[in-house]
Amino acid sequence: MITPVVQARGIVKRYGHVTAIDHSDFELRPGEVLAVIGDNGAGKSSIVKAICGATIPDEGEILIEGKPVEFSSPIEAREMGIEIVYQNLALSPALSIADNMFTGREIRKKGWLGKYLRMLDKPAMEKFARDKLTELGLMTVQSIKQPVETLSGGQRQGVAVARAAAFATKFIIMDEPTAALGVKESRKVLELIQDVRARGIPIILISHNMPHVFEVADRIHIHRLGKRLCTIDPKDYTMSDAVAFMTGAKEPPAEDAA
Amino acid sequence: MSDTTTTAQKGQDFEKTLDQSDTKVATFEVKHHTLLERIQHVLHNNPTLVPVIVLLVSLSAFGLIAGGTFFSAFNLSLILQQVSIIGILAAAQSLIIITAGIDLSVAAIMVLMSVVMGNLAVFAGVPSGFAILIGLFGGIGAGVMNGWFITKVKLPPFITTLGTWSIFYALLLWISGAQSIRGQDIDTEAPFLKFFGAAFNIGGARITLSALLMIVVFIALWYMLNKTAWGRHVYAIGDDKDAAEMSGIRTDRTLLSVYGLAGFVCALAGWASIGRVGSISPQSFYEGNLDSITAVVIGGISLFGGRGSIMGALFGALIVGVFRSGLRLSGVDVLWQVFAIGWLIIIAVAIDQWIRRVSA
Repeated sequence: MITPVVQARGIVKRYGHVTAIDHSDFELRPGEVLAVIGDNGAGKSSIVKAICGATIPDEGEILIEGKPVEFSSPIEAREMGIEIVYQNLALSPALSIADNMFTGREIRKKGWLGKYLRMLDKPAMEKFARDKLTELGLMTVQSIKQPVETLSGGQRQGVAVARAAAFATKFIIMDEPTAALGVKESRKVLELIQDVRARGIPIILISHNMPHVFEVADRIHIHRLGKRLCTIDPKDYTMSDAVAFMTGAKEPPAEDAA
Repeated sequence: MSDTTTTAQKGQDFEKTLDQSDTKVATFEVKHHTLLERIQHVLHNNPTLVPVIVLLVSLSAFGLIAGGTFFSAFNLSLILQQVSIIGILAAAQSLIIITAGIDLSVAAIMVLMSVVMGNLAVFAGVPSGFAILIGLFGGIGAGVMNGWFITKVKLPPFITTLGTWSIFYALLLWISGAQSIRGQDIDTEAPFLKFFGAAFNIGGARITLSALLMIVVFIALWYMLNKTAWGRHVYAIGDDKDAAEMSGIRTDRTLLSVYGLAGFVCALAGWASIGRVGSISPQSFYEGNLDSITAVVIGGISLFGGRGSIMGALFGALIVGVFRSGLRLSGVDVLWQVFAIGWLIIIAVAIDQWIRRVSA
């Protein structure tokens, strides 16, 4: 059997009297796009946050590529090659595209300028950013030095995805990447997701948009009442089935349906 | 099954016509940008241009009004000398305002540390170099204390520094016994405290070391803010702290370092002030915190954080100095100097708002 990229067992997270995650399991396999769907408040964001260190679970274990991990912050997860594209993108509007791509992992100049004066190697960072954006077909921006606030919503999403794709070595988490976008821009992001998968980097996609989920996902993790209800193969079920499972209108198939 | 594969390639059914969709980007009636709009755009991209222009205009205006005495090398170097202490404080203040904070305690830290240095060196017999070192470390400590309340206790910077302003002020009155240290005592006991008061002449201009220190401080901080990762993080935090945190910046640690560095710069200003003033008075620079904010604001650094160059604060401090000197030499009553500075602040912020409304 292939080792899953992420395997979580019996994750529990309580906030006072509220149980956000109730003995939930989670599995991400190599090279796949796993969609996570669930009703509002089902805890789909919570379980994903527990995987990337944004919340620390009270119980349960998380294995990344078979090795147990205990992240205390998303920064630690990031150091392992786990990238997150947040819904609100986490970009600094007044900084340039290149600055934003490298926030927290800037390249310093070689030699004494970098070592003692800690001088940034801006040309190298700009070149890298330009290459990455070109690779993903996003080099429609005028200049890599322009501030992010001058970009459209779709372009900003592109920068955030490019940043994740450029640095992820394990997997990428995308939280509602198409929620704020128009039809064309959503299409672009879905193409980006497929591009990234084609390079062998698995993606966890949190989304409410059923057509988008059914289009790009290899498996769908349905979350209900704080735990994994089941995972399904989108080829075997319809969108209305998925909605019925997730709202409890229909009994789920056995856990290992997919 | 073949169904799904085709949809996977072409997208959703309702998107089928997307290929034929109009590729035109929204165009509007081509409107020639007015001169004003173009100016607005240029200023948006170069926020420091405003204070530079104001400085040049006010220099030439006062040159015309007040005549040759204003433009003499001596007077211009005197302005530099007069703004040096507030200028250094403004540099510290800029660091904090760029993070979208504010520091009301900068002048209190400065005077407190000058009092500490003076008392140790003059009365306690501590070697001056050592006393200064203690003062500089004390400045870092005071700054880190502000930063600790702001990052760990999560208090707003305004409230924190309003509190520490009083605390530091009370401490400095206690340490000094509300007594000044006379210049002669410093000269006999610890002349090194007055190091930055030394000056040299170049062609009629009298350049003090404190003025040079101010310029060095600005250049060093400008370098740190613009050429290092730390500086980019400082801007990112001021821009959007949550986004900065999510994109992997340890924001609390960076903020602590900002407040610590600002405290150090304030203590440096404290040392320089001993040379500049010639004595150590616990009552001096009581409004220094507000003066430093004035310089920062006139320098075009946004109080909302994340925008503006620290060099703007240098020009802001110089503009205030030029106004003071120019109005004085024109024979205008002191109260009108204060009046003019007030208008400068309001106009500077109004211009900042106007520039930020630019359509990209």
